Amino acid sequence: MQPILVIENLRKQYGNVLAVENVGFSIAEGICFGLLGPNGAGKTTTIEMIEGILKPTSGSILYRGAPRSNNFLQEIGIQFQSTALMDFMTVRETLKLFSNFYDQTESLDELIRQCDLGDFLDRYANKLSGGQQQRLLLALAILNRPQLIFLDEPTTGLDPQARRNFWQLIDTIKRRGATIILTTHYMDEAEQLCDELAIMDRGKIIARGSPAQLLQEHFGYLYVCLDRQDCAHVLGDFVGVEMHGERVFIRTQSAEQTLQELMAKGVSLQSLSVRNPTLEDLFLKLTGHHLRE
Amino acid sequence: MKTFLALLLARNKEFYRDRASISWAVILPVIIIMAVSVAFSGRDQQLFKIGLLAQASTQNVARVVLSDALQKNYIEVVTIQDQEKALTRVRHHQFDLLLQQTESGWRYWINDNAAKGEVLQALLLVSAPQAHKETVSGRAVRYIDWAMPGVLGMNIMFGALFGVGYVIVRYRKMGVLKRLQATPVTAFQFLSAQLISRLLIITVVSGMIFVGCDIFLDFLMLGSYFLLFIIALLGGFSMIALGLIVSSRTDNEELAGGLLNVASYPMLLLSEVWFSLDGAPQWMKTAAQVLPMTHMLDAARAVMLEGAGWRDVSVHLLVMAVMSVVFLSIAAVMFRWGKN
Repeated sequence: MQPILVIENLRKQYGNVLAVENVGFSIAEGICFGLLGPNGAGKTTTIEMIEGILKPTSGSILYRGAPRSNNFLQEIGIQFQSTALMDFMTVRETLKLFSNFYDQTESLDELIRQCDLGDFLDRYANKLSGGQQQRLLLALAILNRPQLIFLDEPTTGLDPQARRNFWQLIDTIKRRGATIILTTHYMDEAEQLCDELAIMDRGKIIARGSPAQLLQEHFGYLYVCLDRQDCAHVLGDFVGVEMHGERVFIRTQSAEQTLQELMAKGVSLQSLSVRNPTLEDLFLKLTGHHLRE
Repeated sequence: MKTFLALLLARNKEFYRDRASISWAVILPVIIIMAVSVAFSGRDQQLFKIGLLAQASTQNVARVVLSDALQKNYIEVVTIQDQEKALTRVRHHQFDLLLQQTESGWRYWINDNAAKGEVLQALLLVSAPQAHKETVSGRAVRYIDWAMPGVLGMNIMFGALFGVGYVIVRYRKMGVLKRLQATPVTAFQFLSAQLISRLLIITVVSGMIFVGCDIFLDFLMLGSYFLLFIIALLGGFSMIALGLIVSSRTDNEELAGGLLNVASYPMLLLSEVWFSLDGAPQWMKTAAQVLPMTHMLDAARAVMLEGAGWRDVSVHLLVMAVMSVVFLSIAAVMFRWGKN
C-alpha cells in the first residue's frame, strides 16, 4: 500500500542555525505517527514544512505519491501548538466561519457532539479554558473530514484529566481511519496514541519504529526498583544498578531471579516495583539527556 | 465567494462587538468637530485676505496700491491665476477682495454681502480712485465649512490606516493568520475581505459623522452627494491599501504604529486637513500631490464648497484610483501570513 506521506532529506536552515537536518520518513495510511522529542528538537518545524506553513530549505514532500497540490489544504486538518482565533466570535460562529472555507464538512451538530462543545457554544472563543479551547481547535482541525491530521503538542498545558479526555477524542478520530501526525514531548502520550514513532533530537531523527519495537530493540531488560535505604548494603552484588534520587533501579533480564537473590540477601521488598523501560529511558539512553530538559 | 463573505461577516462582527473600537471611531470625530467649531468660530475676524489675480511676481504691485500701513500684519495677499477659482473664493467670503491690474487700470471684485469687502474697497479707493468695481454674491464659507472635509478625511484616514493595519498585525502576532493559512483561504480572499469590511465601516461611520455634524453645524454642501460618496470611497480604498502595505509583514505592533504614523503625519500636515497651503512654499504643495488624502480633500472641497461636478474632479478621482491599484499590488506582493 502506498504511504500517504513520503518525506526525503527535509532540511530547514535559519541563518547559521540548522533547525532540521536531512529528515526523512514515510507514513502509512491510517496510523498515528508520533514525532517525539524535547522542546527545540525540530518537531514543529518539521511538521510545519509538511503542512506547507514553512518553506523547506531543501528536500521533498510527497503526498499520496505526488507533490502537494492546491487541494492539499482541503484534505488535511491542523491543530497548532499555539494559535488564536478571531476576537468577539462565539464557538458556534467560529465553527460556521471555518466550515465556509471547505468544500466538504462534517455536520456541525456531529462535530459539537464529538468534541463535546455543547456547554460553551455561545461563549466567545477567546474566553474558553485551556481544555475547552483545545477541543474547539481539534474540532476546527477535523471539521473538513480530513484524511491527514496534524496535531502539534495538542495537550501541552492541559491538566491530567483534560489530557486523558483529549486522548479519547483522538482515539475516536483514529478509529475512523484518518492518518494522524502527532508531535509531543510526553512519552506517555506517544505510548498511548502512536502506532509508529520517530524520535527527534537537535534537528535529526535518532530512532524510528513502533513504541514496542523501539523498546525491544534498545532494551533487553526490566527494572527492579527499590528504595535505597532497603537495599544499600547489597548493591555491590548486582551489575547494572542506576540511582535516581532515593530510588535504586536494578537492570535485569529476569525479574524472578533478581527478586529471589534480593530475598536471599534479606532485603525488604516493601518498596518494590518492577517496570519496563519507557520511551523516556530510551531517549535518555540515545541522547544522554531527558525529554523535558 | 462563500469564503470571502464569511470572512467579511466575521470581521464586521468583530468590529461592531468591540465597543471600544466603535466608541473611538464615532465619538472622537464628533468631539473634534464640536471643538473645532467653537475654537475657530471667530477666526476670520482678525485678518483681511486679498486675492491678486496675476502672476506671483506682480504681488508687490498690490502692496503699492494698498497703502503702506496695510502692508504690515493686517492683510494677507494671495496670488491666484485662475479667475474662476478666485471668484468662487470671493463668493464664499474666502477672499474679502479680488484685485486685478488690467491695461486700463485696476479692477476689483467684492462680495455684496461681505462687510470686510466694503472696508477694503474704501481703503483701495484712496490709492486707486479710478478702480473698476464688480460684485459677486454667495454664502460665506465659514472655517467649519472648509474644515469639515478635512475632519471627515482625517476620520477616513485613521480608520483606513490604523483600522486595517493594526488588525492584520495583531492577527499575525496572535497566530490568527497562521490558523487561516492552514485552511484553503487564499491571501486574496483574506485581504479583500479585510479591505471591503474596513471600507464598509469607514463609510458607515463617516456617513454618521456627516449627518450628525450637518444637523448641529449646517455646513456647506453645494455639490452631488453621490459624487462625494465616490470620492470618500476611492480615498478610503487607497488609504486602506496603503495600510495593507504597512501591515504586510510585521508582527510588531509598535513598529506598525510607527510606520502608520509615518504614513499618516505627512497627510495630516500637507493635505490641508486643518489649514490651507495657499501661502506655503511650492515644493510643499508639490509634495502634497503624492498623498491620496490631498486628492480626496481637494475633490471633496470642490464638491462641497464649489458644487464641482464629475469633470471638475476627474483628475483627483483618476489619481486616487491609480494609487489604489498601485498600493494594493504592492501589498499583495509583500503580504506574508506568518511572522517575518
